[in-house]
Amino acid sequence: MLEIVREYWPMLLVGQYPNGPLGGLALTLIVAVLGLAFSLPLSLLIALARVSPVKWLSFVTAQFVRVIRGIPLLMLIFWAYFVVPKLIGSSVSGFTTLVCALVVYQAAYLAEVIRAGIEAIPSGQIEASRSMGSSYMLTMRKVILPQALLNVLPSMTNQFVSTIKETSLGYVISVNELTFSANQVNNLVLTQPLQVFGVLAVVYFIVCFSLSRSLRWLDMRIRRSRAMA
Amino acid sequence: MIKMEKVSKWFGQHQVLNDIDLSLNKGEVVVICGPSGSGKSTLIRTINRLESIQGGRIEVDGEDVYAGHMNVNSLRQKIGFVFQQFNLFPHMTVLDNVMFGLVNIQKRSKKESMERARSLLDRVGLLEKINAYPGALSGGQQQRVAIARALAQQPPVMLFDEPTSALDPEMVGEVLQVMKELAKEGMTMVCVTHEMGFAREVADRVVFMDAGQIQEIADPETFFTSPQHPRAQRFLSDVHIR
Amino acid sequence: MYLLEAQYLYQMLGGMVTTIQLFIVSWVLAFSVALTLVVIRATEWSVARWLVDAYVEYHRNVPLLVHVLFWYFGMPELLPESVRGWLYQHNAEMSLAAIALGLGAAAYIAEDIRSGLRAIPDTQFEAARAMGANYLQGMRYVIIPQALRHAVPALIGRALLLFKNTSVTMAIGVAELTYQAREIENDTYRTFATYGAATAMYLAGAFLIMFIGARIHAYYAISGGRNA
Repeated sequence: MLEIVREYWPMLLVGQYPNGPLGGLALTLIVAVLGLAFSLPLSLLIALARVSPVKWLSFVTAQFVRVIRGIPLLMLIFWAYFVVPKLIGSSVSGFTTLVCALVVYQAAYLAEVIRAGIEAIPSGQIEASRSMGSSYMLTMRKVILPQALLNVLPSMTNQFVSTIKETSLGYVISVNELTFSANQVNNLVLTQPLQVFGVLAVVYFIVCFSLSRSLRWLDMRIRRSRAMA
Repeated sequence: MIKMEKVSKWFGQHQVLNDIDLSLNKGEVVVICGPSGSGKSTLIRTINRLESIQGGRIEVDGEDVYAGHMNVNSLRQKIGFVFQQFNLFPHMTVLDNVMFGLVNIQKRSKKESMERARSLLDRVGLLEKINAYPGALSGGQQQRVAIARALAQQPPVMLFDEPTSALDPEMVGEVLQVMKELAKEGMTMVCVTHEMGFAREVADRVVFMDAGQIQEIADPETFFTSPQHPRAQRFLSDVHIR
Repeated sequence: MYLLEAQYLYQMLGGMVTTIQLFIVSWVLAFSVALTLVVIRATEWSVARWLVDAYVEYHRNVPLLVHVLFWYFGMPELLPESVRGWLYQHNAEMSLAAIALGLGAAAYIAEDIRSGLRAIPDTQFEAARAMGANYLQGMRYVIIPQALRHAVPALIGRALLLFKNTSVTMAIGVAELTYQAREIENDTYRTFATYGAATAMYLAGAFLIMFIGARIHAYYAISGGRNA
């Protein structure tokens, strides 16, 4: 296993870069970060629409979330491959396809997490804010969301780790991310699939495990510093 | 200052408020008491529209609370409300809680808001807790902060919804003390409370409610020495035993 | 836009059947492994507990696709040549996919059951023991019914995810629904009709799981005598 790491680590880390396109773990992380960066605001909007007093808005978004949660991410990726070029009028790379599919998929899941957080805030908080004369939006922005988002921070970090894992599906549409790179390595080595895919698993494990542990630690720090009951 | 005429409210088939008539002059303190489920909390929650009404009319400071053009948010800025469960915002410090309405709703400058918040916190004796989060305070301290927060926008009227019911007995006194001082300074107050000692000392009138109706309104001396209504007599003997 | 011809619809239904088979087999495997993990985790032996934790963390932090590739390409290397040959001639991708899916889901299910158990206060068990129930009776009649009720929503969610995750096995050539949809799309170029039909089938399966889940949840809520 160490042999493989010693020989092929640049490919696993950055793909063909700098002689070719960036790939490997670097691309995996880029896709995941982009996915999160776009899905977070989208999911916030969906969650707000879900809890809004406007009936049709909450109905439509509820159905959207239900449908997205009902189909496999892979199916969504194939849809994105077909739909996104039609929407923007030119062909797109596998990279863009993957990011778009991940954003929509994660937004649906994150929206549910945020909605649950909003609904878990005791109604007394809303009443206290409204009885001082603040508007619905001000109450949302200053009183409900700061508490709700902090409360669901652990679930949101779990979603981020999930996103990193889900980028591996880029392999199926030949996005040059970590799993795809590992498969290339496997094709070069040819005789040691157990070791190559073992290394691949270990790399994912180190990244995801250390990330989730440090995010959990960070969350505890924030909570403790606020001494919140 | 507050005028309620024939106020009625239903929860489905159940009538929780039945033809309520009640008026308060400026500077008056009224205590509302009665058994649980008698509608007293619902009553004061209709005054700032936390609950809606189906019949009658409510005026605060000469304005019809339920008029179509009435902006509920500007109305509520003129009515301080103190909850049984304090409802401080746990993600803000004590100071930020008190400044919230001034900065975010009335859009006053940070400096001015801070000065007023500090003087209010000084008044309720919590200046040293200014940077603490509510979770680190005792129930009595939290309720005093909540009173300071309700006072921040300088409302001419204060409503108290069982402000001491969620407190441990030894903390009731400190909250009542703040409320007494407020009453002596001439604040117009409606208090739903079981604290009969408080009622006796500061109330101008005591309102006894049962089954969604006002059964008796009297000055404290009359109410406590010779209550007219049989339910009020029984209620008082129960409270005293407790 | 055309609808699909009968032969393609038939092909796609075949994919759906494979998806369902894969889902059921891996769910049964996952649930049995999960229960075993929970029991081992409950022992006092610290090495065993550590091993279970390591198992769970490994599966939670490595993508499912990587498990699938690892099991399909890697694991057979450990088998003797003859067995490996036999395996590859007998639908290896299907059984290895089921193993990878099942072992992965087991880690999550074990955690769900464990948090269900944690939600039951110790006093419940004490109360049962105080009435003269033995350990097994206390578990059987008091703890496990309550813990399962707590875990039901999470378990439904897992079942739904497992059902959807079967699609990942197309990467090793399991002829399930997503695989067939892609094949048909390549043959016919009727992307919208093909993906539309496959999506509809997935949604039907997903909504069925949600529906059954809601019924189970309601059943437990009533038999528990409290609204959950």
